[in-house]
Amino acid sequence: MADVTEKTAFRSGAGAAPAAPAPAPAPPRRRLRLRRGITPWLFLIAPLALLITFTYVPIANMAAYSLTDWDGVSPELNYTGVGNYTEIFTREDLFRVFFVSGYYLAASVVQIVAALYFATILSFNVRFRNFFKGVLFFPYLINGVAIGFVFLYFFQDGGTLDSVLSLFGYHSDHAWLGTPVSANTSLAGVSVWRYMGVNFVLFLGAIQSIPGELYEAAELDGANRWHQFRYIIAPGIKPVVTLTVILSISGSLSAFEIPYIMTGGATGTATFVIQTLNLAFRFNKTGLASAAAIVLLLIILLVTWVQRRLVPDDRVDLV
Amino acid sequence: MTRRAVARTLVYLSLIAATLVVLLPLGVVLLTSLKSEKEMADGGGALSLPDDPLNFHNYVSAFEGGEMLSAFGNTAVILLFSIGGTVLIGSMTAYAIDRFTFRFRKLVVALFLIAALVPGVTTQVATFQIVNSFGMFDSLWAPIVLYMGTDIVSIYIFLQFVRSIPISLDEAARLDGAGAFTIYRKVIFPLLRPAIATVVIVKGITVYNDFYIPFLYMPSEDLGVISTSLFRFKGPYAAHWETISAGAVLVILPTLIVFLSLQRFIYNGFMRGATR
Repeated sequence: MADVTEKTAFRSGAGAAPAAPAPAPAPPRRRLRLRRGITPWLFLIAPLALLITFTYVPIANMAAYSLTDWDGVSPELNYTGVGNYTEIFTREDLFRVFFVSGYYLAASVVQIVAALYFATILSFNVRFRNFFKGVLFFPYLINGVAIGFVFLYFFQDGGTLDSVLSLFGYHSDHAWLGTPVSANTSLAGVSVWRYMGVNFVLFLGAIQSIPGELYEAAELDGANRWHQFRYIIAPGIKPVVTLTVILSISGSLSAFEIPYIMTGGATGTATFVIQTLNLAFRFNKTGLASAAAIVLLLIILLVTWVQRRLVPDDRVDLV
Repeated sequence: MTRRAVARTLVYLSLIAATLVVLLPLGVVLLTSLKSEKEMADGGGALSLPDDPLNFHNYVSAFEGGEMLSAFGNTAVILLFSIGGTVLIGSMTAYAIDRFTFRFRKLVVALFLIAALVPGVTTQVATFQIVNSFGMFDSLWAPIVLYMGTDIVSIYIFLQFVRSIPISLDEAARLDGAGAFTIYRKVIFPLLRPAIATVVIVKGITVYNDFYIPFLYMPSEDLGVISTSLFRFKGPYAAHWETISAGAVLVILPTLIVFLSLQRFIYNGFMRGATR
């Protein structure tokens, strides 16, 4: 396999300069080096081809589309400069999706605090620990569409939430998904339900990697649980918490599944991604949608860059 | 002493409250899936127990009416190909990057790294045009290729493992006359078994649950995967919560079984996968 490619590569190299005399057969050592030089590429052809075709070419194309008024189908497209970008930031109906992200950002705060709390208490000796661990983590593994339906029924008139409230004597006739504020709060609540578990498991893993002697020593020094959390656990898991915060910010900006499945973006719940997809595939505004996607991409890259500056993380380097 | 007891009680109370918050919505859907249409209409409330706890009628209609059989079939095909491809591609990439020094190696690594920062959702506007131009739109190939091509997390997991395999093993094999490909196939790949298990689990759950890519690239009804087929329940069963609930339970059940049987590996897999 290696030999064949090497020979074809060799031959096409010679073909490029037909005037040159036929090259003498390469000395064995050079051939060996040539083969060693090609071998890694044989392993990398398929991954690199996929990576470039489905990640880098789209980004480049998207940057190009974003400067045009292309509709995604017709062969005609006109250069419009930064027109699409100014449209995104000046048209109020397009800009509004950023406020929706605010709900999800607030929800991530709740989510991280809850995850921290449960990770801390479950890292100490608690009865039925594995059961609680499993229960808290399981929602993360459930199919998003199934979660959407579970919670559509949950917020339904006379559904789960209303029935539970009436158990406590509170009969609400509130349409939970009926107004923008209550609908967005409900949807953000669903994402806390869904994603708290993964943060919790990450924190738990980080806490468990703190050596146990530290707690024993602290206990001998008379430290209580709060001191242990404040001076041992918190510093020990700081990198993971920062990472989680960053992932939550980009997650909040790119929230899609739950709101799309549950409301389809109605009653003011359209998020950035829902709006971009609608622009691209429903209203055929590929140019504008590309500009929106580039804006989102830049924000996320910026957030990631800030995180790398704040927490130089040695786990991230690949080599 | 009493203060400690109070603290302990509060801890358990908070755990029980969290358990209720997680399990209640799911439990109610399970209850609803066992009720008959008549019971639903009578309005006994969401928390009332079904008259016949063994009433599987809704499951039958969800399974047949929702074409869940073909959905599970399509999902299985996609899972098989995309996981197989991810394992091959990820391990080959990791082997090439870790075991060879070659020109542009840094550039290749940087390309994979930067791609890890790009959220897939943002690029679909343009990726769509490319998938379409290959004629893969509305075929099972679109999700398979996309899942294979964009998985940087698995490359990273494999890289960690390849690095932990001593190079002396490669050298010993090379002295026996083995080429690079033989070393990869006979030495590295078998030793990657724990990493492969991790990638299979993490990737499997992601693919099984993904909604976005099949929804965008496979609009045909007969190409439904479990997410998109379940999503279609919204139309015909709009007010039939008993059938929708049965569909949701059908989709959640395999996840629950896998979770209960592979719990430990799943936790490890996610810790490894999520911290990239």
